[in-house]
Amino acid sequence: MSLVRSHVLICGGTGCTSSGSISIHEKFEECIKKFGLDKEVKVVKTGCFGLCEAGPIVVVYPEGAFYSHVKVEDIERITEEHLYKGRIVKDLLFKQALEGDVIKSVNEVQFYKKQKRVVLKNCGVINPEVIEEYIAFDGYKALGKVVTEMTQQEVVDEIKKSGLRGRGGGGFPTGLKWQFTLDAIGKEKYVACNADEGDPGAFMDRSVLEGDPHSVIEAMAIAGYAIGASKGFIYIRAEYPIAVERLEIALAQAKELGVIGDNIFSTDFSFDLEIRLGAGAFVCGEETALIESIEGRRGMPRPRPPFPANKGIFQMPTLLNNVETYANITQIILNGAEWFRSIGTEKSPGTKVFALGGKINNTGLVEIPMGMTLREVIYDIGGGIPNGKAFKAVQTGGPSGGCLTYKHLDEQITYDNLVRLGSMMGSGGMIVLDEDNCMVDVARFFLDFTVDESCGKCTPCREGTKRMLELLNKICDGKGEIEDIARLENLAVNIKDSSLCGLGQTAPNPVLSTIKNFRHEYISHIEDKKCEAGVCKALLKVTITDKCIGCTACTKVCPVDCISGSRKEMHVIDQNLCIKCGACIEKCPVNAIILK
Amino acid sequence: MSKELIESILTEENFEKLYEVIEANKGRKGPLMPTLHAAQNIFGAIPYEVQKVISEKMNVPLAEIYGVVTFYSRFTLVPKGKFVVSVCLGTACYVKGSQNIIDEIEKIIDVKVGNTSPDGKFTLEATRCIGACGLAPVMTIGEEVFGRVELSDVSTIMAKYL
Repeated sequence: MSLVRSHVLICGGTGCTSSGSISIHEKFEECIKKFGLDKEVKVVKTGCFGLCEAGPIVVVYPEGAFYSHVKVEDIERITEEHLYKGRIVKDLLFKQALEGDVIKSVNEVQFYKKQKRVVLKNCGVINPEVIEEYIAFDGYKALGKVVTEMTQQEVVDEIKKSGLRGRGGGGFPTGLKWQFTLDAIGKEKYVACNADEGDPGAFMDRSVLEGDPHSVIEAMAIAGYAIGASKGFIYIRAEYPIAVERLEIALAQAKELGVIGDNIFSTDFSFDLEIRLGAGAFVCGEETALIESIEGRRGMPRPRPPFPANKGIFQMPTLLNNVETYANITQIILNGAEWFRSIGTEKSPGTKVFALGGKINNTGLVEIPMGMTLREVIYDIGGGIPNGKAFKAVQTGGPSGGCLTYKHLDEQITYDNLVRLGSMMGSGGMIVLDEDNCMVDVARFFLDFTVDESCGKCTPCREGTKRMLELLNKICDGKGEIEDIARLENLAVNIKDSSLCGLGQTAPNPVLSTIKNFRHEYISHIEDKKCEAGVCKALLKVTITDKCIGCTACTKVCPVDCISGSRKEMHVIDQNLCIKCGACIEKCPVNAIILK
Repeated sequence: MSKELIESILTEENFEKLYEVIEANKGRKGPLMPTLHAAQNIFGAIPYEVQKVISEKMNVPLAEIYGVVTFYSRFTLVPKGKFVVSVCLGTACYVKGSQNIIDEIEKIIDVKVGNTSPDGKFTLEATRCIGACGLAPVMTIGEEVFGRVELSDVSTIMAKYL
């Protein structure tokens, strides 16, 4: 093997691939050959760097030079100047990587400085399609340690001691789940991975699978050893083609090397893994629905108990964890439970990955130690709100979570704290909203989603969420009554109490939390028929401002003749007749007509 | 039109491929979902005729197969259009205005969300998060991805396909 002096790391995550990183990769290979550098410089396609906003991203080591928004046209320059002549191309660097004349390496950039990478430690570092690179970063060492040196109970105890909690949203202690499945009796046992990340606005699991698929495969084998299973399933969304492909490649390589298969590390332990594709049903992220789906049925939840730990896939004891939960396992085995507990807070140890999106400067993937405040994530890492707009709310937990306001910015991010505030951790979506977002509309958006995705098995969820959506539509259309707020709250409490699975039990949360924190917006929609943010179209009025020059162009185009005024005088719209078609707005030569 | 579209995909060649998949999945536990995925890929849809064959060959009641096919949004009863236009309505895209974008496309191609144009050219879909939230709002046409779409870009993007 020859040594190279420079590595060019190109992001191959979904975000950067969508903005053209594949052609950038090809161009780099071409340019490097052209300058005769192909023996000295190596181009590596990695997983997600996290800062999707700045994509496509290229990082050159050993300097750690962080190029952002890279275009195909820039590559010849980067190759010639940086790789050939050794001068970093300053004007192509990520803006925050340049302070005056000083170049900061990627790790010193504000976005990464406050992060703590445990789950994402290999993402954006190794090539996920080469197992040797994973092994070079201690890959499959934890599996080796477990099968040769530890008993099943010792493994479970280590996970229990670490205090790791399920990263899929509920926060159930992982070690306890492992203990239940170890103790369960069955002819066969299964290990399953929930990679059906359907939560809109969340892409943590996808990034882990794209950037470091072996970390999940290895952890599942460890789990298989710990609970006594010889077969595993990864249930992944078919909507994630890149993640599925990398997982398939990784699995094939692991089988070829013998770290998955029969007699792993020459022991009696054998473990086989199979990928199963989801087919676009959000409810399949619920554990019992996922099991139904693997078995080949409609993904409808089963009543619990019996829990999957006792009767799961094909009625056998099944251990089901989320992708991010598994991605923590190898680190805990290698570094010990004590080390893991030293990160985060006492009741929520470790880190959490969040997908930061919405009205925020640095959209992307961040991993933070638990206990960090919302303010630190949104302002220090996320870089605040773009275009000088005011922060209004942050939505966590997706359709199951809630909206928090500026009052909560200094609250710590932990499982229990977020629930106390009326939201939840969820799988890790974090969407920032600004003054242009209407909270009633946001609540309606999530309800629309749950109504669409409700499987229809139990009545409270199937019928109740639909009634709630009707009430919200009524309010957004300007036909709301003040009693509707109480009706919504009443329905919400009943749906939460009586639904069969987590989907229904949490579906009213976005409505409850917006009513709690933004009641005034509901009231102004109902009583004043006004949408302050200007989102709910039915509540907007077309008005002519004093910019009007009296050209009469709008009166001619109005289909209902509701605009009056003579030449060179300001025109007026009769609001009772206006149908809000917007034709006048388009016609006005001086942009004097606005929707307000 | 959709009847002709369905007939056009029910070729002997496609059925041969399906038989192979069913054969390969024999003995596997929980074989229905992988088989349906394959059928959707082979035919571009899973109409009644295909369901019936799967039912007979796999010995699963037709009603059960119909139930599964209609439950999951990835399986369809009729083939999709030549160009599948999808606009992401995930949270990150929605708060950045993707609803307006989908409304605009509806107008341009005269197809309602969830439908296919009568000539089989366009299918318009509202998808939930495709995970490219960093590029919000996002739309895709076939395999091509368009990120940070502005309302004013829509007509230019669509013009290429009209």
